[in-house]
Amino acid sequence: MTRYLELVCPAGNPAALRVAVDAGADSVYCGFRDCTNARNYPGLNFDRHELRAGITYAHARGCRVFVAVNTFPRAGKIESWHRAIDDAAACGADAVIVADLGLLDYAMRQHPKLRRHLSVQAAAASALSIRFYMEKFEVSRVVLPRVLAVHEVSNLIGQTGVEAEVFGFGSLGTMVEGRCFLSSYMTGRSPSSDGVCAPAECVSYREEAGGLLSCLGEVMINCFGSDEPAAYPTPCKGRFLVRGHPRYIFEEPTGLNVIPLLSALKASGVTALKIEGRQRGRNYVATVVTAFRGILDALAEGREPTGTPDVLRTVAEGQRETFGAYAKGWR
Amino acid sequence: MSKLTLGPVQFHWSAAQRRDFYARMADESPISCAYLGEVVCSKRLPWFENDLTLTAERLQRAGKQVVFSTPALIATDREVSMIASICQGTELIEVNDFACISLLDGKEFVSGPLVNVFNEGTLDALIGMGAVRINTPIELSASAIATLASKSSVEIEVFAFGRQPLAISQRCYHARASDLHKDNCQFVCGEDVDGMVVAQLNGRPILTINGTQTLSYGHVTLLRELTELQASGVTHFRLSPHALDMVEIATVYRAVLDGTFDAEEGLAKLRESAAPIPFINGYLHGRAGMEWLTNPAA
Repeated sequence: MTRYLELVCPAGNPAALRVAVDAGADSVYCGFRDCTNARNYPGLNFDRHELRAGITYAHARGCRVFVAVNTFPRAGKIESWHRAIDDAAACGADAVIVADLGLLDYAMRQHPKLRRHLSVQAAAASALSIRFYMEKFEVSRVVLPRVLAVHEVSNLIGQTGVEAEVFGFGSLGTMVEGRCFLSSYMTGRSPSSDGVCAPAECVSYREEAGGLLSCLGEVMINCFGSDEPAAYPTPCKGRFLVRGHPRYIFEEPTGLNVIPLLSALKASGVTALKIEGRQRGRNYVATVVTAFRGILDALAEGREPTGTPDVLRTVAEGQRETFGAYAKGWR
Repeated sequence: MSKLTLGPVQFHWSAAQRRDFYARMADESPISCAYLGEVVCSKRLPWFENDLTLTAERLQRAGKQVVFSTPALIATDREVSMIASICQGTELIEVNDFACISLLDGKEFVSGPLVNVFNEGTLDALIGMGAVRINTPIELSASAIATLASKSSVEIEVFAFGRQPLAISQRCYHARASDLHKDNCQFVCGEDVDGMVVAQLNGRPILTINGTQTLSYGHVTLLRELTELQASGVTHFRLSPHALDMVEIATVYRAVLDGTFDAEEGLAKLRESAAPIPFINGYLHGRAGMEWLTNPAA
């Protein structure tokens, strides 16, 4: 059967990797258990031995493995990031996912045959930007930011000929990724250097007369009435006072779901569809990968999906969905 | 001795306000270099681009270096051709989106504070592409800045006063707050000369919105840290323009750098100028950016 879109799935740990592979992932992505990857949460990720075993498991079942080394190395501590690239290559990874300019340069020089995918953390959202990374660092694939409309995705691919991977499901940041410091402004820890946004140890909830408060560090991110589901206090999904009125100034607490747009994305020339969520559990991975495998296989046979399976709604962030920027009017 | 620079105006000031501002900075302030141009939203540039040449000449006549800043995001074809024509000029260019480097044809450039230069690998890559001055990201601590400065063969600049740019988006939050679409924004961002304050639900201010940009609420104020940063190799300190007495603020920074004021005297003066907006300096001390550490050494 012709592949409709390559299904790229999150593997937060070795068990999730096996679940994703068994559920029909074409590729999985994962990271080392340290601050070299952008999902550096407790209990997640891989040591070198686990990565090697995971790659063996995936390759035996025709599934590729990408290793995310997609944080920005700290000054004077760059060796840890270099080692992550070296070890990914030594373990037999099919590609590394990288955002930092210096690290792309290192990977290109040291491991010219290892495919380099440009991480969404580099936020290459224009033809100019994509060409820059293709020409200077010979990246094979670009993971497009979650801020583009479908017709813009199409234009970018047409103008650059880039192999494009887009986000299809999961959390949705509203800021240009890799250059958002809201989390570190409030907690001292950031996605760029620490690989964490709104780390759990900085999160607290408190019942008060007005409702359930959610805080990040010392900052009140939201207050939920008894009729509202409580969302995780990510700064860009918070409710704040603007000109005296409470509102979600950046974005509502919603998750991205592009199922109704899949054929348009395919027609745009997109190569791969990425499922977000290395920080989510095995149940999420099994549910989402199985659902998307079924939908993509149906599309490959010429059948349009009839809608979003109910099971996906139960795992979406805030139990709500959005097309995000893919639909016009988001900006 | 380190130099003071005047960053680009981040907010949507009117052409008249910009003209008055730069005339005064040219004549009265002790800055050595001014960055001109639009870094946040390319739709604002036509409002003042006709004045850019005259403003640049005026600053140069006063002995200031002029650098043309470019946007944090260069997305549309229209923006590409607009930025390409700026890059063709003779002025030094500040890059705030790495992609801009491809428009420079190998020309020298300044790497701005809105791109990620977190380590010596990226620093070296940029120097290899023509960077002659590199701004450190606002998130870096003093020790990370010192590490970069010690490994750099080019000038190093640090963002030393003003609201810190924390994030950039394709979405315009000023338009969103007014229930408008970005394409028909009516330039509502121009109503807030220092940005629109965003408060927590308990009423305490926390952030500032400036169109597609989100900034800190407090002003980063690195007066106590100037001497140490200078000693570690920082060559330039950036003051970001606000609707405050920027001549006074630049004069205080210069006096503290020159040792004619101590930092505490300088802070007392700045408190008069910038009140009631609080000071912040957390990032420099490895803490949450919004914090103000009054006795960092302790």
